[in-house]
Amino acid sequence: MYVAVKGGEAAIANAHRLLARTRRGDVDVPELAVAQIREQMALLVDRVMTEGSLHDPDLAALALKQSRGDLIEAVFLVRAYRTTLPRFGASEPVETGAMTLHRRISATYKDLPGGQVLGPTFDYTHRLIDFALAAEGEAPVAAESEPLPDAAHAPRVTDLLGNDGLIEPSAPDDGTPPGDLTREPLDFPADRALRLQALARGDEGFVLALGYSTQRGYGRTHPFVGEIRVGSVAVEFVPEELGFPVPLGEVALTECQMVNQFHGSAEVPPQFTRGYGLAFGQSERKAMAMALVDRALRAEELGEPVGAPAQDQEFVLAHCDALQATGFVEHLKLPHYVDFQAELELVRRLRAEHAARRAAPETEMKEAAE
Amino acid sequence: MPDHTSSLGAAPDLAARRAVMALCGEARAEELRAALAEIGAADEPEDLRAPETGLVMTRGRIGGDGRPFNLGEATVTRAAVRLPGGETGFAYHLGRDRAKARLAATLDAFWQRPERREAVEAALAPVAARRAEERAAEARRIAATRVNFFTMARGED
Repeated sequence: MYVAVKGGEAAIANAHRLLARTRRGDVDVPELAVAQIREQMALLVDRVMTEGSLHDPDLAALALKQSRGDLIEAVFLVRAYRTTLPRFGASEPVETGAMTLHRRISATYKDLPGGQVLGPTFDYTHRLIDFALAAEGEAPVAAESEPLPDAAHAPRVTDLLGNDGLIEPSAPDDGTPPGDLTREPLDFPADRALRLQALARGDEGFVLALGYSTQRGYGRTHPFVGEIRVGSVAVEFVPEELGFPVPLGEVALTECQMVNQFHGSAEVPPQFTRGYGLAFGQSERKAMAMALVDRALRAEELGEPVGAPAQDQEFVLAHCDALQATGFVEHLKLPHYVDFQAELELVRRLRAEHAARRAAPETEMKEAAE
Repeated sequence: MPDHTSSLGAAPDLAARRAVMALCGEARAEELRAALAEIGAADEPEDLRAPETGLVMTRGRIGGDGRPFNLGEATVTRAAVRLPGGETGFAYHLGRDRAKARLAATLDAFWQRPERREAVEAALAPVAARRAEERAAEARRIAATRVNFFTMARGED
């Protein structure tokens, strides 16, 4: 039985006003501009876009300001916003091989066309707190040098391996549009395109932990980082009324090509297998973890023993979304007065019965003794 | 929807039109306003479709080169205008800047008047120059982080 509960409206309204006041913090400290968040908390903005599954740096920055920096709350705001907009259609698939590179590294080849380019990275920093950043200073100046002639031509490492047949080819584009989990609920088994969509918007921490678990032996995939590339790609869209691809602009992406455990059979000579990760912005850890889990989820397809959590697509895909997870965990805060009353009455009755049973033999024994 | 593709010319024209569209997408709204002022277009366009923000699902390919998959959506703003002469202009840009989309659609419409084409491209030249300079500076900063490997002498000889 559901009993409607009224009341608390004034408390809720005032709590929201208090939230607004608390969000602002100490008024003697200047207020954050959205552009400051976008420019100086860029990796957090990238993560909100990736997990919010909506590319819009200004909107993600605004969501972070509104959420007081709570990542999942910002993802919630972004996801709610997108439901208010019409869908114009789907872009042409982006060409990551033609990416304007900001960073490109390979752990499998030292020398490769286009070179290894570190870009803006935390790698090789000493992870010592830089107290100089606590003070405002001049804008730092980056070093510059003339790009080498091959800088604009950096083929994917997997293409180089593929030319020699050393790695499995990607499943070819047969023209069927990929499934979209924002349109139809996820159904199992989900194909690889749907799995990648779910992983791309999945919680970085969850996907990271699953990827890590495969490295520790729960579904090993023997991974090498074939390549990580970060940079911008052109996005094109064919509007119905124009009938040709219109350039929408450029988006920053991070792509990870994982080169994994080789396979062979009577028909196919041994070749490496692959795992793939792609995320908005500079989201290297996410793209790597995604590629590990993508490969782990292919265990069945590749005839490997299945049993580890990262290989179980229902476990992975049903739990990787931070918003779904937080929704179900946090709903426990909502009033469960009636449910709890029922449980309380049940426990009281059971306790009474228990007490009665304990009392009964004593009475019987007393009666027998008399 | 009427057939607007009739305003579309041959392939080289399409490449030039796409280049102008790409440039408008990269421009700031005030740059487009300045470009429109510079071509001195007196004709007021009418809205064929009021500027509107929506979503385009961004697709990637599995493995970078395989079957497409849905990566995530992007906000996109579009506008469509018609000049008194009948030319229709369109704009589709990442982001939510409605005023900018309408300015770009207007420039796209003027670009379709053969006698205006050169003026539109000239008015957008400063945007092209700014973007080229920004790209070159970025490329130089990135190039400075390219690794030059050298092999240590093994001391065998």
